[in-house]
Amino acid sequence: MPNNVDTPTEEALVPVHVDHLLLDGELAAENAWCVSYDAVNLPEQRPAFVPLALWQANKQDDELAPLLLSDTELNAELAAELNPLSVVAIDFPSFTDGRGYSIARLLRERFEYAGEVRAVGDVLVDQLDYMRRCGFNAMALRDDQHPEDALRLLNSFSVRYQTDVEERQALFERRLATSE
Amino acid sequence: MYRYDIHDQTLVDERVAQFRDQMDRYLAGRLGEEEFRPLRLQNGLYIQRHAPMLRIAIPYGMLASYQLRALADITRRYDRGYGHFTTRQNLQLNWPAQEDVPDILAELAKVQMHAIQTSGNCIRNTTSDQFAGIANDEVEDPRPWCELIRQWSTLHPEFAYLPRKFKIAVTGAAKDRAAIQVHDIGLRLWRNEEGELRVKVLAGGGLGRTPMIAEVVREDLPWQHLLTYLEACVRVYNQFGRRDNKFKARIKILVKALGIEEYRRRVDEEWAHLKDGPQTLNQAAIDVAKGHFPEPERRPVAESAVVNFERLRSENRSFARFVTNNVTDHKVAGYKAVTLSLKRREHAPGDVTADQMDAVADLADRYSFSEMRVTHEQNLVLSDVPVDEIEALWNELEALGMANPTVGTLNDIICCPGGDYCSLANAVSIPIAQALQERFEDLDFLYDLGPLDLNISGCMNACGHHHVGHIGILGVDKKGEEFYQISIGGNSTDDVSLGKILGPSFFRQDVPEVVEKVLQVYVAERHEDEHFLDTYRRIGLKPFKERVYAK
Ligand code: HEM
Ligand code: SF4
Repeated sequence: MPNNVDTPTEEALVPVHVDHLLLDGELAAENAWCVSYDAVNLPEQRPAFVPLALWQANKQDDELAPLLLSDTELNAELAAELNPLSVVAIDFPSFTDGRGYSIARLLRERFEYAGEVRAVGDVLVDQLDYMRRCGFNAMALRDDQHPEDALRLLNSFSVRYQTDVEERQALFERRLATSE
Repeated sequence: MYRYDIHDQTLVDERVAQFRDQMDRYLAGRLGEEEFRPLRLQNGLYIQRHAPMLRIAIPYGMLASYQLRALADITRRYDRGYGHFTTRQNLQLNWPAQEDVPDILAELAKVQMHAIQTSGNCIRNTTSDQFAGIANDEVEDPRPWCELIRQWSTLHPEFAYLPRKFKIAVTGAAKDRAAIQVHDIGLRLWRNEEGELRVKVLAGGGLGRTPMIAEVVREDLPWQHLLTYLEACVRVYNQFGRRDNKFKARIKILVKALGIEEYRRRVDEEWAHLKDGPQTLNQAAIDVAKGHFPEPERRPVAESAVVNFERLRSENRSFARFVTNNVTDHKVAGYKAVTLSLKRREHAPGDVTADQMDAVADLADRYSFSEMRVTHEQNLVLSDVPVDEIEALWNELEALGMANPTVGTLNDIICCPGGDYCSLANAVSIPIAQALQERFEDLDFLYDLGPLDLNISGCMNACGHHHVGHIGILGVDKKGEEFYQISIGGNSTDDVSLGKILGPSFFRQDVPEVVEKVLQVYVAERHEDEHFLDTYRRIGLKPFKERVYAK
């Protein structure tokens, strides 16, 4: 799999399996959203995640939501545009592309985005724990992934050293608090 | 020595469970080769030429005797009774069975060890000065800081899929023994005129096929901000490092492409948001970390013991050699650090048998407070030996084959596993090291040559640090045949430099002869007491070239 696929081309429109969406730690009952990577044309299907610029050009269509590709540079201006939305998708063109983790953290921690942040694309069960900690509350699993694995692996660790979107105190601080 | 508390232990135990689950799914065909790859790499498991290879972390090189015994036991039960100490202060097993790896990791967890992030495109094991805490040129003991970095970087949720591997090295001494200028991030702890601790942050160094020397990102970072600043440095790299070409994916390429000013600007912009945030360090947290590295309870050593030691040194020539090369001064009078040489012709550089591990663990118990350090030159150090016990230790090391009085000399070769083990190799490297050790075993000659780093890599990935060897040897492949390129003038300490290539490469059998000629030029040209590197810097490449390629 190429390392840097800005636009996965094989399939411009990716319907996500209904039983392959994790939402707030559970399998979602339904998943109507499809993901379209076509930068020019709107898909027929709705609701749909479409590339950022296309969404920006079609904001009146409230069945569209932005798909942030992994090379998106999130700044205050863009964040202000996203903040009122109820859902945003961040793409993983390849599971080895770690940029999406930074985007999600910035969205949550710096810009205090409160809606749904959904991981789409090459989303594997072994990444879910890190994704959750970076602020994804929804993960649309790649087709071949097993939902039961996903549920089991979503919380693989009960300990963390760093701060993250869920934990605002580093372990070194929490250790001090318990030793007092 | 850092001791795990319930949190650290739980984390490594859960990591073992996680990897066991991944291995089970892989063996059952539910996890593909490609998907499994980064998962196994981040647990130290490579698939190599003959067998899997497991790289075990030895954080900043600190190892306790009970851990070394457990490692010996593991190599006997799961491998072929030996291990290999690497240039990044880790231990590698060359022959574990892949399906045993979860069990091996579980054994490691019992002695507070792991293989987390020893490979893969993530933040690797943080390395440091092998004389940390005892060096007499030390400004600040780097180990508590390394431990804080270890914790911050371990299972960092944002940085598990970086463009490429990421290595951090830390020094707290006047003299850099951690090669911080050839790491992705190099940190130097220093004190300003007010006596306040500051961190100098370097970025963008590295070896590999495009060797580069790091540049300064920030001269005087107050220590409180160490982790938030590192987070900013790595986040900028995660977002902007190249992902389209793995040979251009290291941070050095990003820093070069942006220029250090622009990289710094982006880091500072990022850091402006993180500064004073929740990962800001405070004195209490540092004090806890420091509490893990107390001064050992050293007994007083009588003045007369020092006198006796010096007398023995002047009377016994072999002992004198051992002391000159393998014994290092200590910040506490009456104490020394002793380096155990892992360089013998019979074994690959850095290799240690299980029996030797057990024996070294016993020596550490009896002579040095049950602790030792692994060096990036692939040796071991007992850091706290009273002078009146050095002779006895020396005799015991002699019996173990670890008293080779050649540390820091031509014979103390740094060498990667090369073609005998590594599937990326262009050429073998261990047999070259052995041929050189055989050729130059005369101690008088080695001693006369003085400090000389000879480093060998089997390909341009540069695991053997050939770019920064005073003499560097690189295996190259020409139409399927093994050749060796020789460079001189590299150096990894404060006055860092990258070696210059002599000229066309050589046949394997000619390498010792060529090295001999290089040495002859040095011996003929040197001023009194001038080291190889200084002579080279004074006279340049030309005389060496002329001698080596003379018809
Ligand atoms: C046997 C299997 C090994 C493989 C497949 C391997 C692979 C690699 C590769 C691909 C690189 C270049 C990475 C880059 O420049 O981005 C590299 C660099 C390096 N490796 Fe290895 N390696 C192996 C063993 C070792 C061993 C045994 C050591 C220690 C003795 C080691 C230490 C290093 C070091 C220090 C670098 C330095 C380059 C840098 O950090 O810039 N490796 N290795
Ligand atoms: S330098 Fe090349 S041959 Fe040597 S271990 Fe590294 S990758 Fe293998």
